[in-house]
Amino acid sequence: MNPAPLPKSQPEPPALHDRAMDNLRYIRETMELATAFTGISGWGEIAIGVTALVASAIAAQQATFNAWLAVWIAEGLISLLIAGWSMDRKARVIKMPLGSGPGRKAVFSLTPPMIAGGLLTIMLVQAGLTNAIPGVWLLLYGTGVITGGMYSVKVVPIMGICFMTLGTLALFSPPAFANWFMAAGFGVLHLVFGAIIVRKYGG
Amino acid sequence: MAKQSTAKKTVPQKPLNVPQVAATKEKSAAPSLDRLIHERLRLGIISALAANDSLTFSHLKNLLNTTDGNLSVHARKLEEAGYISCTKFFEGRLPKTEYKLTAAGRIALEKYLSHMESLIKQMRNA
Repeated sequence: MNPAPLPKSQPEPPALHDRAMDNLRYIRETMELATAFTGISGWGEIAIGVTALVASAIAAQQATFNAWLAVWIAEGLISLLIAGWSMDRKARVIKMPLGSGPGRKAVFSLTPPMIAGGLLTIMLVQAGLTNAIPGVWLLLYGTGVITGGMYSVKVVPIMGICFMTLGTLALFSPPAFANWFMAAGFGVLHLVFGAIIVRKYGG
Repeated sequence: MAKQSTAKKTVPQKPLNVPQVAATKEKSAAPSLDRLIHERLRLGIISALAANDSLTFSHLKNLLNTTDGNLSVHARKLEEAGYISCTKFFEGRLPKTEYKLTAAGRIALEKYLSHMESLIKQMRNA
């Protein structure tokens, strides 16, 4: 018997095990990519970025804080409409109800920080700490995007981290830069990441 | 990578006496692996379609980061096996191909998943 006896009892265990794990990971990643791909609308984000840039230009010209706040609240409502409309449209294209899967995840992860942001804004206005508002908004929006992005493609949580970084910088910068931080965050970050999503994940 | 290529070579082409017996015994011990979806790209197609009602050819191509030729060859194999269904239609002037996972395809993926899980469990217990 020249050929070495085959090790019957242990058929290359580590390799098989690793490959099974690798296959499972691949399936999960592909499914996640496929849902994110269909759920998030890059064009919607680009549109939000454009309106936010316009809003920051208008807000910067306001004489009073209340007028500044009103501009941004209006922009917030416009963004919600754009986001809802673009995700609904995308969900329709692939015949997936908005209420299921990615749409619901995005709504659920963004709503709590937005409510917190609204309450904190009221409190900060009452306390006269209006300079902190841009930083707080950017930070809270970032947290919502990160948690929403956990189920999504990697660029989404990265965008959230960028928002949180900007928010942190805004909190510790002179109030004169506030409008620039708002434009860079809600304007430029949405534009850049929207473009990445359109290019990499098709629309 | 190296391990994968050697593993493929161990499939005996010509009848060898002793190893052949060992190999068949091993196969009967474990549930048979669905070769059709074991291949990477085909597994990707099935997984992507499991997460969506339907996907067009170009969506799938972007998602799986592959070429037209590669995708159409593998999608056809899955279609022939009845794992996915394919409908062709026109959107304006553009021809579009849309894929869906069939019930048989979903069962095949579930079987494959439990197969992989049992492989991992076996190693944990050993």
